[in-house]
Amino acid sequence: MKAICFYFQIHQPFRLKNYRFFDIGNDHYYYDDFANDEIITRIAHRSYLPANQVLLDMIRENGKRFKVAFSISGTAIEQLEQYVPEFIDSMKELAATGCVEFLSETYAHSLASLQDADEFVAQVKAHDAKIEQLFGQKPKVFRNTELIYDDDIAQMVHSLGFKGMITDGAKHILGWKSPNYLYAAASTPKLKLLLKNSKLSDDISFRFRNSDWSAYPLTADKYIGWIAGLPQEEQLVNLFMNYETFGELQPRESGIFEFLKALPRFAAESGMQFLTPSGVIAKLKPVGELSVMHPISWADEARDTSAWLGNILQQEAVEKLYSIAERVRLCGNRRIKQEWNYLQSSDHFFYMCTKHNSDGTVHSHYSPYESPYAAFTNYMNVLSDFMIRVEQEYPVDIDNEELNALLLTIRNQETEINNLKRQVAMMRNNIVKDTTGDFAPEGENKKRTGRKHKSK
Amino acid sequence: MKALMFGWEFPPHILGGLGTASYGLTKGMAQNGDMDITFVIPKPWGDEPKDFAHIIGANCTPVVWRDVNWDYVQGRMGNVMDPQLYYDLRNHIYADFNHLGTNDLGCIEFSGRYPDNLLEEINNYSIVAGVIARTIDFDVIHSHDWLTYPAGIHAKQVTGKPFVIHVHATDFDRSRGNVNPTVFSIEKDGMNHADHIITVSNLTRRTVIEKYGIDPAKVTTVHNAVEPLSEELLHVEVPPKHDKVVTFLGRITMQKGPEYFVEAAVQVLRKMHNVQFVMAGGGDMMEKMIRLAARRNIADRFHFTGFLRGKQVYEMLKASDVYIMPSVSEPFGISPLEAMQMGVPSIISKQSGCAEILENVIKVDYWDTNAMANAIYSILQYPAMYRQLKEQGLAEVNTITWDKAGAKVINIYRSLL
Repeated sequence: MKAICFYFQIHQPFRLKNYRFFDIGNDHYYYDDFANDEIITRIAHRSYLPANQVLLDMIRENGKRFKVAFSISGTAIEQLEQYVPEFIDSMKELAATGCVEFLSETYAHSLASLQDADEFVAQVKAHDAKIEQLFGQKPKVFRNTELIYDDDIAQMVHSLGFKGMITDGAKHILGWKSPNYLYAAASTPKLKLLLKNSKLSDDISFRFRNSDWSAYPLTADKYIGWIAGLPQEEQLVNLFMNYETFGELQPRESGIFEFLKALPRFAAESGMQFLTPSGVIAKLKPVGELSVMHPISWADEARDTSAWLGNILQQEAVEKLYSIAERVRLCGNRRIKQEWNYLQSSDHFFYMCTKHNSDGTVHSHYSPYESPYAAFTNYMNVLSDFMIRVEQEYPVDIDNEELNALLLTIRNQETEINNLKRQVAMMRNNIVKDTTGDFAPEGENKKRTGRKHKSK
Repeated sequence: MKALMFGWEFPPHILGGLGTASYGLTKGMAQNGDMDITFVIPKPWGDEPKDFAHIIGANCTPVVWRDVNWDYVQGRMGNVMDPQLYYDLRNHIYADFNHLGTNDLGCIEFSGRYPDNLLEEINNYSIVAGVIARTIDFDVIHSHDWLTYPAGIHAKQVTGKPFVIHVHATDFDRSRGNVNPTVFSIEKDGMNHADHIITVSNLTRRTVIEKYGIDPAKVTTVHNAVEPLSEELLHVEVPPKHDKVVTFLGRITMQKGPEYFVEAAVQVLRKMHNVQFVMAGGGDMMEKMIRLAARRNIADRFHFTGFLRGKQVYEMLKASDVYIMPSVSEPFGISPLEAMQMGVPSIISKQSGCAEILENVIKVDYWDTNAMANAIYSILQYPAMYRQLKEQGLAEVNTITWDKAGAKVINIYRSLL
């Protein structure tokens, strides 16, 4: 029985306002509220809300046989909470059906997985806490920013306790292999990998309304036919796409919603089922291990990280940003921590891409800036101001090593204190149990803790 | 294919971008092969490159018959052209021009510059063009800029050969809209007679179509290109400097928007102190700009070099960290390309023709001094920005070559034959 696994990505960054060098040190508000409001509201009304309604109808009509997975970035959730709260309600309603799985990711849709492991862990935890708080689900499968993946990331993800991860079925990684199977990570075979079927996913998200396409018009009947026509052994089709495919990339008039609605019927006729990533991992066995030395992603022709880290502008910006990561994590200023998240969204670096040809068109389509140079200038001006603020918390004359040493001491102290507390509790128990009335152990207790201190 | 070109300037004796562009294009066309180009200029000096075009001097073309012997002609103009050509031209004098005041060879004297009696010189140039057109054999006539349109029209009327004009600039660019009616009428006349019009940018193409009322079908854009710089120029020595240098290089005239550069400098200096601003060039607005810089209290950081020549230009560029061209209206603007060749990050106005083809530069509106200041700051402050613009700019400009432009022009010729 073939399975279709749908996964939709919802992400919006906090776009920066036009921030001039004069503002550095003077103006600490960085965001273009008008654009952020306008964009999220437009997309929500044209795409997210109607699509949610369609999914809800589908789940109700098909008696819960229809299943999907979502990954919503923390920054997108914040914007939706602020500008389109009805979407959160609608998502809660979907979550209540039990047919929707929420995936884990980094809170800010950031590149932390490539830059800073501590930051990565912190963001994943923050994101999952947010999801659990809103939708009552603890994510079990991980989806990294723009499906970025390599062997090291796999290990980090596995150590965080995730059972599976989804990524791109990049041709240069798969070679002759098919993405239509479940794989395992070579570095940690317990972590299962679901790979995007690029051809079938892009048929929906990019080619659906292209009348020059030989398969135009695409109907649900035809589409399910293609999946049914895959070799018998290929049991899994992973369809990963941006949620705004429905209604925004493919406008309502193109019939995309009707297409989506008709899928379960034809799938049922061909004996296919819908599964969430967790469902896939529970039901299927991995056929092999995949080793990925250099990070892959689902962006651009190259399917690597060059969309964000391809030129020196991007490398400089990312490097500067993460150079202060330690200090930001140390500081307790909540405003700074929030800002820190917003500034990490990968989109800021995506806008700085200087690729031309067809990739360039995609980059400039999403970019609020006129050119990559304008994007870089604006971002760096904001970052300069942010760095000044962080510096005010932790002056530069303390160098990072010193800071690290301090940090280590603090962390060690914490574990030390915990250990001691546990011991104290244990001894108290002993005292209570000691019914002989001899109160000497109290003194002994003091002595013991004292010895502990000395040994340190 | 044989082309007869009329131009006003030709390297090495040039006064502006027109000479550089005419030369580059001619060379680029020759590189495409099978082109035989005759280039007429008012006053050759004898040191013009002759390997890809035959140079004819208007001041070496007789319009009045003089009985002079070979040796005398050889002595007088042998360094410029072959005496045999003088005799061939003398056989085609078509009217009595004794009233014009000619020299011992029967030729009219030209200054080859932009003198006060420019209109008279333009007229004389077109008289000479009549002699040349009757003498030599060619398939296409090609006139560079309005000064030579009358000559081209004359040649067309004499021979009936197709006539192409090359618009390097219009009077709308030079005057910010207050056109000189005489110049306008010469330009308009040239455009009306032309079988095809080549403009150096889409910006100029629009001006030609909208301001001169020309049928869009006969106007084509062929963007300019640059000649590779010599090793000597690429590696000119400059003294070490302590401050960052931001440079404006060009004529200090209304068209070039110098005041916007001063205003942007004022803003940058409020935030950064180790920066020098240089306005290199001469022009009728220079004194006004000196006063403006003084009034804004930045005169200690704002320098004027006066007119730079030849190698000095490249020394100035080499010493610069940012090149800026805030032109209000620039038909093409070749100098940012030269700055990029020298590895200088460039900021150009969106109102410049070259903005249409350049990617690795920063483009701002000429009036947007905020954006200009922001861009200057960014290049000076963020090393990655500087490096990216320097490296990618260099790589980009090396792909903009004249042979590609030449091939487009040849295609236009073919369509007319």
